Amino acid sequence: MQHLIFYSFASILLFTSMMVIIVRNPVRAALCLVLSFFTSAAIWLFLEAEFLAITLVLVYVGAVMVLFLFVVMMLDIAETPLQEGFTRYFHVGIFVAFVITIEMIAVLGASHFGLGILPSPIEHPEGYSNTKALGRLLYTIYVYPFEISAVILTVAIVAAITLTLRKKKRKTQDPADQIKVCREDRIRIVKMSVASPQKDNEEVES
Amino acid sequence: MFDLIIYTLFPNVGLILLIIVPLMLGVAYLTYVERKIIGYIQVRIGPNRVGPFGLLQPIADGLKLALKEVIFPAQSNLYLFLVAPVLAIGPALAAWAVMPFDAGLILATIDAGLLYILAITSMGVYGIVIAGWASNSRYAFLGALRSAAQVVSYEIAMGFSLVGVLIAAGSLNMGEIVVAQEGGIINWFWLPLFPLFIVYFISGVAETNRAPFDMAEGESEIVAGFHVEYSGMAFAVFFLAEYADMILISMLAAVMFFGGWLSPFQGIPGLEKLFSWVPGLVWLLSKTCIFLFFYLWLRATFPRYRYDQVMRLGWKIFIPVTLFWLVVVAIAQVYDIGFWFTEMEVADTLVQGV
Repeated sequence: MQHLIFYSFASILLFTSMMVIIVRNPVRAALCLVLSFFTSAAIWLFLEAEFLAITLVLVYVGAVMVLFLFVVMMLDIAETPLQEGFTRYFHVGIFVAFVITIEMIAVLGASHFGLGILPSPIEHPEGYSNTKALGRLLYTIYVYPFEISAVILTVAIVAAITLTLRKKKRKTQDPADQIKVCREDRIRIVKMSVASPQKDNEEVES
Repeated sequence: MFDLIIYTLFPNVGLILLIIVPLMLGVAYLTYVERKIIGYIQVRIGPNRVGPFGLLQPIADGLKLALKEVIFPAQSNLYLFLVAPVLAIGPALAAWAVMPFDAGLILATIDAGLLYILAITSMGVYGIVIAGWASNSRYAFLGALRSAAQVVSYEIAMGFSLVGVLIAAGSLNMGEIVVAQEGGIINWFWLPLFPLFIVYFISGVAETNRAPFDMAEGESEIVAGFHVEYSGMAFAVFFLAEYADMILISMLAAVMFFGGWLSPFQGIPGLEKLFSWVPGLVWLLSKTCIFLFFYLWLRATFPRYRYDQVMRLGWKIFIPVTLFWLVVVAIAQVYDIGFWFTEMEVADTLVQGV
């Protein structure tokens, strides 16, 4: 039963990952990527890594891919021009694919990655909490790497924001100014008599 | 294989139906109550024609929607157009799996329950985004973009306010969060985490795209936003998802900050005995109803926010407030300040880990 579920998830994962690069429509490709993230999260659940699996869904599916989709939808790429240059770059593509295949075999081949070398994960006793175990490790032994990576990410955010704010002319609202606005700034009441509007207007202007 | 189906699949399907059927009924009557309450707030009567006091109105509405023709806009992306409502309602229902209705009355006891809820609800935005894109309509697209930006921004504030809850409870498990609040109304987390509770509830209103944060729909600006091209059942599914999300957010507020199934009279000498026969589910549901009433009250009271104001509120006010209060909660927790924080085994686990 476990095998059945695993293989069905694995085939969905492989299929959607293929679709990400095959599908022409960028929005559909992004959606396929979402599905492949989700299925890989489901596979992580088999390793009893529920914290990592749920975090993958929360961070990548729930936040990163939404923004990705946001950008892709706004781009409005026409479908045909994407095919141009297919033959031109074909030989480069073949070469890159070949190198990647060789590298993958070197790293993931049976001699490095087989069942004999990597033991199957330990069966955990009832009541084992992956979340607690991870938290304990992160905040004790790995606390410095953890915090340094957090600082690096913060620096990246600050840098990204500064890059966007580099342009001088920006349209912004100042809420304090908006609140300060009073009736007199926006409205001018002009009193006119019904009989001779022409004359009355002149009076106001003078 | 066959045993597995009989002994695990069927009972689970039964339990799921036991949650979903009352939920759907709740949604149906929430629409009725909404119209009634907003009616009374605006000195009208509200629906009163179908059945006594208009009580059959939601059923009539449902029938009407079911019989309506589903129209597919020209040039729309048909497949995604149909998938979108499903993606909207799927997460809205899946999140209920870890909801603790009473002591031990929970469909799936998972240790990372709170995280699960955050992850699943964060997926609800896909339904809206895809609907907006697949409709091939400018209004729908604008609604979808607004909604995506809004949901992603408020998710952060909401997530952080729930982080405060999990620091105070010392657990991500929904049942344990409720148990950690045991001991009467002053021990519930709303008191020590009051700013977080306010941020959570307002973000919850923004997350569900309800008034006054309903820019994604914004009738006066973009017709009806992301679901403008939907009709009949497809529209009804979006509607169901929105209301199911409202109930979910309200019940989560009750569970996280207002003691879930615990009785409010706990620890008060006379009253505790007097109300001890009331089942926990009733307390939980009545707390949920109070928050649902807040939703409707807000809708009847406030005009719609302007878009830049919504973003300002989320990023410049809510996130700093939650970050500050998280530090306060963490300090209180570590140094055992205040009687409401149960003494945790954090210190012990830290020692063990080293």
